[in-house]
Amino acid sequence: MSTQAHASKAKRVPSKSVEIHIKRRANPDSPSYWEQFEIPYRPNLNVISCLMEIQANPVTKEGKPTTPPVWQMNCLEQVCGICTMVINGRARQSCSALIDNLDQPIKLEPMQKFSNIRDLVVDRSRMFDHLKQVNAWIELDGTHDLGPGPRMDQDDVQERYAYSRCMTCGCCLEACPQYDEDNYIGPQAIAQVRLFNMHPTGAMSRDARLEGIMQEDGITNCGNAQNCIKACPMGIPLTRAIYEENRETVVHGLFGWLKK
Amino acid sequence: MASNGIKIAIVGGGLAGLAAAMRIAEKGHAVDLFSVVPVKRSHSVCAQGGINGAVNTKGEGDSTWEHFDDTVYGGDFLANQPPAKAMCEMAPSIIYLFDRMGVPFSRTPEGLLDFRRFGGTKHHRTAFAGASTGQQLLYALDEQVRRFESAGKIRKFEHWEMMSLVLDDAQVCRGLIAMNLQTLELKAFPADAVIMATGGPGLVFGKSTNSMVCTGSAVAACYQQGAKYANGEFIQVHPTSIPGEDKLRLMSESARGEGGRVWVPRNPSDPRSPSSIPETERWYFLEEKYPAYGNLVPRDIATREIFQVCIEGKGVGGENQVFLDVTHIPAETLDRKLGAILEIYEMFVGDDPHHVPMRIFPGVHYSMGGLWVDYDQRTNIPGLLAAGECDYSIHGANRLGANSLVSCVYGGFIAAPAALEYAANVDRNGDEGSRIYDQELKKQQEINDALIKQSGKENQYTLHQEMGKWMTDNVTVVRYNHKLKETDNKLLELQDRYKRISINDSNLWATMALPHARHLDNMLELARVVTLGALNRNESRGAHYKPDFPDRDDENFLKTTIAEYSGEGPTISYEPVDVSLIPPRKRDYSKAKKETAKA
Repeated sequence: MSTQAHASKAKRVPSKSVEIHIKRRANPDSPSYWEQFEIPYRPNLNVISCLMEIQANPVTKEGKPTTPPVWQMNCLEQVCGICTMVINGRARQSCSALIDNLDQPIKLEPMQKFSNIRDLVVDRSRMFDHLKQVNAWIELDGTHDLGPGPRMDQDDVQERYAYSRCMTCGCCLEACPQYDEDNYIGPQAIAQVRLFNMHPTGAMSRDARLEGIMQEDGITNCGNAQNCIKACPMGIPLTRAIYEENRETVVHGLFGWLKK
Repeated sequence: MASNGIKIAIVGGGLAGLAAAMRIAEKGHAVDLFSVVPVKRSHSVCAQGGINGAVNTKGEGDSTWEHFDDTVYGGDFLANQPPAKAMCEMAPSIIYLFDRMGVPFSRTPEGLLDFRRFGGTKHHRTAFAGASTGQQLLYALDEQVRRFESAGKIRKFEHWEMMSLVLDDAQVCRGLIAMNLQTLELKAFPADAVIMATGGPGLVFGKSTNSMVCTGSAVAACYQQGAKYANGEFIQVHPTSIPGEDKLRLMSESARGEGGRVWVPRNPSDPRSPSSIPETERWYFLEEKYPAYGNLVPRDIATREIFQVCIEGKGVGGENQVFLDVTHIPAETLDRKLGAILEIYEMFVGDDPHHVPMRIFPGVHYSMGGLWVDYDQRTNIPGLLAAGECDYSIHGANRLGANSLVSCVYGGFIAAPAALEYAANVDRNGDEGSRIYDQELKKQQEINDALIKQSGKENQYTLHQEMGKWMTDNVTVVRYNHKLKETDNKLLELQDRYKRISINDSNLWATMALPHARHLDNMLELARVVTLGALNRNESRGAHYKPDFPDRDDENFLKTTIAEYSGEGPTISYEPVDVSLIPPRKRDYSKAKKETAKA
């Protein structure tokens, strides 16, 4: 599991203080600028607990009062995906970024591939729109009681479980050289196509999903850089999903018309 | 209303809110869904272990009645029994529904749903998707709701926060006021009925296992507008959490369900590494005291035992920690059944639980109390319903593990048709912009404006920390009346100091400071409900434990606590509990349940 990368044992020598540089922006129309902060070192700090401390007393390293930095956070267990930011050049969740494992000064920036709302907050709503584009759901008859779903092989369940852990954090898109604005739907949505096309009920509406990734911004934009799989904090086999769906779309492109 | 169609507003996009939204949308009615975070990021994602339903595929003679009995027995008979029974009866069909939605539940060799054991039961009754079941269930509902959103049936208002209800002159709920968390714009949203599904109030205790949105703020707003709050003093402290600087991270009960053992070295200052301490020098205190259930006693009992061991100085190294050990379980089983939670431990602590016992301590986890609702999830305010952790029904004095996910969906599925039935029959009054909406909008705007202008010396984050520390120290595992009284005095002091906080952010665009100040105000009100509820209940029952009143007192306290806002804090009263189906009996987990039933 790639989460091991986050639990790197290469602990730095504890220092007396933690120096954090934050890329600030007051609102989408203002320029960005850097501010430096310093807080006392304690064991077991993560980036979020540092931000909380700065928020309560927003004073820069130089002693100048400033506005509190703004960021997003929720579960703090790396399962909701909301606290994603670029930390020392890499997009990751700030809750699981332990200070002891980071080089100082720690540089915090908003993700670059999404529009910056304020400070470390970006607008990732486009990712959810992409889930609509690929019909990332089972076409359910209704919530009334219709008994159990289809029996499934545990091995298939294991593979689907891996795809189903995607928390729509955007790390794969931040790392992808092809992804920018609206030109490419990106690995996260393609992996969701795989998730639902693998399911016996989901497979019944697989063509609609394939068509979702065969548009101009579709799967053919993948440049095979394979950055996504390295960037994914959940260890999702994104390149495998792209490979499988590429095959499915080719077959669908060649023979799909026969069904019509 | 613009048209004659029914519109239901749902506040909160976790399991309960999404379940209700789905059921209303599939009936063809409109939903406005409000959430402070994108709904896919709601706190339900944190639920790890599983979802209960007596499907009885393991040949153990399980039944929905047995599930019901475990639920009310585990809850120390404080739950009204008819809704608890109805939930247990619906549970298997809820699990099957998720199965049809494509949740990757773990399977048996025949390809059927697999079930594991959880606390407070002798049966394999918990369906699970790895160790991130809540995430998988939430995503399934998120996907279905997105499907309805695509079809124009559901409007989502993400990054909008409910500030208050709009009540008409007859105290009937006609919609709500919400704030856009980027612009701070306040807006009135008329609705025929409002369903609260906002989850728990963990942040009242400062650090808890809850997500950062779990302030209880919206529910506290309803309470201050006249909604009854029930059983507030019943706060579940989870036996196994990982203490952290920013939060207490949950270590799921499934670790024990899959065979994890809790122990401390017989000599607390034993210098050896845990793996080289022989069995004879380990104290498996839960297994010793509760031979029938062992490590799978209900949470309130496990929590008190761990807490007691630690305050007596018998924790590992004499500190507030005990071992939760899964190192004896084969690695393949651990990876398949517990992978996600063991990763969390390794990620945040740095040790690999496959090889080193985890160090854990109890942490505030769940509120059994919440908005008072009837058996159709209706609050005492007409047009206001509640579902999920924010309502008080089902769990009584203690919730069993893996009953929360099922109670969320059950609550949503009951609230949805109840809201529709109400909406179909209610007399409509004015349109948006009419007097009651303008009045409430103006009131909320004035509160915001005043907060922004304030320039006192108090720091709102310091006040929050102080409240959390007092609540955690005095209103969690062990409660003494004099401490509870002192805590209430402290809360009054904090409420006074709150009047002198300043918003420390001169940039109001997307600020976190103003919303936090509003939460803090509301959290202080809820903290008083919890504290005074605890003070007035002179007995021990489930999660509520007073050493000065160590026994359950059915004669005086087999009652639901009701807190009503008086303008100056809570007024407490009681109402009887419906125990019409299973007569209350003493809870004793040192014996198997059959023996207690005979006694």
